[in-house]
Order: sequence, then C-alpha cells, then structure tokens
Amino acid sequence: MSFSLQANDHAQLALRDVEASYVERGETLLALTSISFEIADGEFVALIGPSGSGKSTLLDIISGLFPETGGTVHIAGHPFSLEARLGQSAYMRQRDLLLPWRSALGNAALALEVHGIPKREALAHAAERFPAFGLTGFEDAYPGQLSGGMRQRVAFLRTMLADRPLLLLDEPFGALDALNRVALQAWLLDLWEAERRSVLLVTHDIDEAIFLADRVIVLSSRPGTIVYEEPISLARPRHRSVLASDAFFAHRSRLAGALGLLDEAIAGAGR
Amino acid sequence: MSRDTPIQRWIWPTLLLTGLFLGWEVAVRINDTPKWMLPPPSAILESFRTDWRLLIKHTRVTLVEVLLGFGLALVAGITVGIAIDSSTILRRAIYPLIIASQTIPMVALAPLMLIWFGYGLLPKILITALIGFFPIAVNTVDGLRSGDREMLALLRSMGASGGQRFRMVRVPAALPLIFSGARIAITFCVIGAVFAELVGASQGLGYLMERSAAQFQTSRVFACIVILALMGIGLFSLIALIERLALPWRRYLTESGE
Repeated sequence: MSFSLQANDHAQLALRDVEASYVERGETLLALTSISFEIADGEFVALIGPSGSGKSTLLDIISGLFPETGGTVHIAGHPFSLEARLGQSAYMRQRDLLLPWRSALGNAALALEVHGIPKREALAHAAERFPAFGLTGFEDAYPGQLSGGMRQRVAFLRTMLADRPLLLLDEPFGALDALNRVALQAWLLDLWEAERRSVLLVTHDIDEAIFLADRVIVLSSRPGTIVYEEPISLARPRHRSVLASDAFFAHRSRLAGALGLLDEAIAGAGR
Repeated sequence: MSRDTPIQRWIWPTLLLTGLFLGWEVAVRINDTPKWMLPPPSAILESFRTDWRLLIKHTRVTLVEVLLGFGLALVAGITVGIAIDSSTILRRAIYPLIIASQTIPMVALAPLMLIWFGYGLLPKILITALIGFFPIAVNTVDGLRSGDREMLALLRSMGASGGQRFRMVRVPAALPLIFSGARIAITFCVIGAVFAELVGASQGLGYLMERSAAQFQTSRVFACIVILALMGIGLFSLIALIERLALPWRRYLTESGE
C-alpha cells in the first residue's frame, strides 16, 4: 500500500516533492524542486511557465525517461520507480516523431506493436480509428507525403492508441501554424470529451491552457516550482465562443498576472 | 532543383562519349598508330566479335569472384558493424583498428594471399571481400548510431525493449547508410578481384588482360577494360535499384519531415 501523505487514491497521477537536477559542464543545476500535484481520473491539467522552467523535464520524469533526484511519483495510487514508469503513460512531444519508413497506419499502430499485439491486428485496430481522426485515405501514405496538421493527427492517433489512462502532451500544437493550431485544439477537445483520459498538457500559450484544461498550474523559472494554480470554471463541452467570455478573461488576467509577476521578479533580480 | 527527363540527362554524356570515340578513331587512323600501341575503337569492337567466347568465359569467372567476395564483405561488414555497435568494449577495441587498417593498401596483401591460399578461387574472394568490407562495416556502425534520439526516447516511453528499439528505429535508420556503403563496396570489389587475378591466376579478366598484353593483343586488353567498366556500372546500378525498391519512403523525405 502506498504511504502517500494526504494522497487521493483515485488520483491517476500524484507527484510528491519531486525534485530534479542535471549536470551541465560539470555543474549540477537544480531544474525542478518541491513539485507536488495530482491529476484526478479523467482530469485535464495544463502546465504553463517560462521557458527553462523544467516543464518538459517534468514530463520526461513522469514518463520514466529522466530520473528524479527526490520525491515520489504515484500512478493510479501506487508509487512507481523510474524504470517501472516506462510504458505507463502515453507521451507525445512537440515534434511528431513519426518514423519516416512507416506508413501513417504503421506509425499509428506503433505503440500497439510495442505492447506485443501482432502486427496485422495492430494495423487493423489502428485503421478503424482513421476516419475519426480525419485521416481516411491516407493509411498508406508515408509521413513525408503528409501535411504538418495531418502528421500531428497521426501522432495524436498513435498516442491515443497506446491506450494508457494518462496522456502527457508536450506542446503538441507548437510546430503548427495558427490556423491548424486552432482547428486541432478544438478537435482535441472533442476527442477528449468523447473518451475522457487524464491529461497533462505542457504549453506556453495561456489561451490554449484555459480553453482546454480543468486546471492550470503555473511553474516558476528555474528551478521550476509550482507558484500558482487556477481551476478553470468554464462549462463543458466548450466551444471557441468561450474565448470571448468574461469568465475566460478573468482566468486569463489572473494567470497572466501569475506569469507577469514572475517576469517582474526576474527583472527585479537584475536580469 | 530542375527535374530533367531521362533523355535530357543522358543526351550530353552520350554525345560527348561518341565524340571522343570518333576523335580517337580518326586520330589513330591519321597518325597511323600501330594497333599494338593504341587500337582504334573499331578494332576493340572487332575484338568483341572475334573473342567473345573467351571474353564471356573469363568475365564469368571474375563476376563470380566479385559476387562471392561482395557477399562475404556484406555479411562480415554488417555483422562486425552490429557487434561494434552493441558493445562499448568492442567499439573501443575494434573500431580504431578498422579505421587504421585503411592505411594498408589491401591490394598489397594479394601476394600474401597467394602464398597462403594458392592460385584458386579462395584468395581472390578474400581480397575482394577485404576491400569491400570496410565501407560496409563503417557505414553500418554510423547508420546504427544515426537513429533519432527523440524517436528512441519515444519508443522507450512506450515501454519498448532494447530489441524493439533496435528493430523499429535503429535498423531502418541505418539501412540507407548501409546501402550507400554497399554501392561503394561493390565498385571496390571489382577492382579487388581484378587485382587478385593480376597477381596470380589462371582465369578471369585480370588474367586475360595480362596474357593479352604480353602478346601485344592490345584491343583485347581494351575489350576487358570495357567489360570491367560495364560490370562496375551494372552492379552499382543494381544495388541502387534494390535500394529504391526496398526503401520507398526515401523518395518522400522533405526538410520539414523528420
């Protein structure tokens, strides 16, 4: 049994005093410190903060790719060691990371194959989801033949098909142009509302965070630590129209304040 | 980059080559150069007509040596490449030695092979394989290391084993480099086989060239050279064709693609 302090056993993910550092040119730099938060089952949490606040490092830690130097990571109520966390979450990075030698279908089915499902079965399973992802007819196309938006959707499909209750999304819209971005955000929201998973989304875009998330966590600059949390009260299902609502602006000004105060603190420190 | 049609691409080299041969033919006839010194292209063609049985017989021998030597180089090169990649100790121990071994002219080992293995097929295959081994082994090592780090991290985050990452990312990433190593290797192998035959053989194009030169049958020497050139070009093109068929995705790589 886990011995987490005041931990909610229904939390999909719970971090307790997580700390991380890395060595650069012989110097040990503290990247993250005292990171504690939870993500409930089916909850969508966004993480924002200045660049260099360790947002991506935090996702690497949760996914099992980067070792924490302190604290514990609980998944579904149980503490997981670094190695044991590999394969527990579905991780999507900013670059789509499609394998250029696999067709769109083969890329979508990648996680299924990794999990030991026979190739033919994995491909058939992935093909079923192509229409819902607006990819019909592109099953056999190589990534080099697809547009940026389509590549990103294939990457999303690959992430969803990993069939993990926890999604880690690291600026998944970062490489897209504004139009594609808006369209894919709305699309992701529909997708998530249809099949609720726990999501931890890293972004530098305040509007994106508010539009998508149930809760927004603000990290400070290095060493990254949680300085503010904003529950988002906007009703679901959400549509683009909420972007013009008073509630949205209220959230936005509080979050901008949290980030802006940080900027002043940095300026005050003589940077 | 402009896309030329095949005709546009081939017409100028073909015209140039034809012009060169015509000039050669005319110059030799005007100067009345003796045939044993420099035969005109027409005499070389004539040699193909009269000596075709002989040429085919020896071409077959050389081709077998090249193919067996190349096959051995391919198997050994890829095996050693994978071994070097999979073990830090092997990498530290073998890799510098392989690089350093390239300062030894491999063809200089031909006389030794003759002493150790005699005049048969084996020493020819070994020399050919030795020459073809290096580009394949080195490109295999480089190729296996060229796998995208983030793609490998993604696979790890999915819980992929080392074997799965090797099979799904590192091998496919290495294949283009292995193919380009093989293309270089096969042209080297033709040189290796002929040199091994020149040093000591009783058949093969290298042997035929040496015998013909000793008899001042210069047009036949040229015929052998033409065949060797065609063999090199043909084998190179064959590997390029296999590569195109085996790696169809290579055609769709763009700068924005990963």
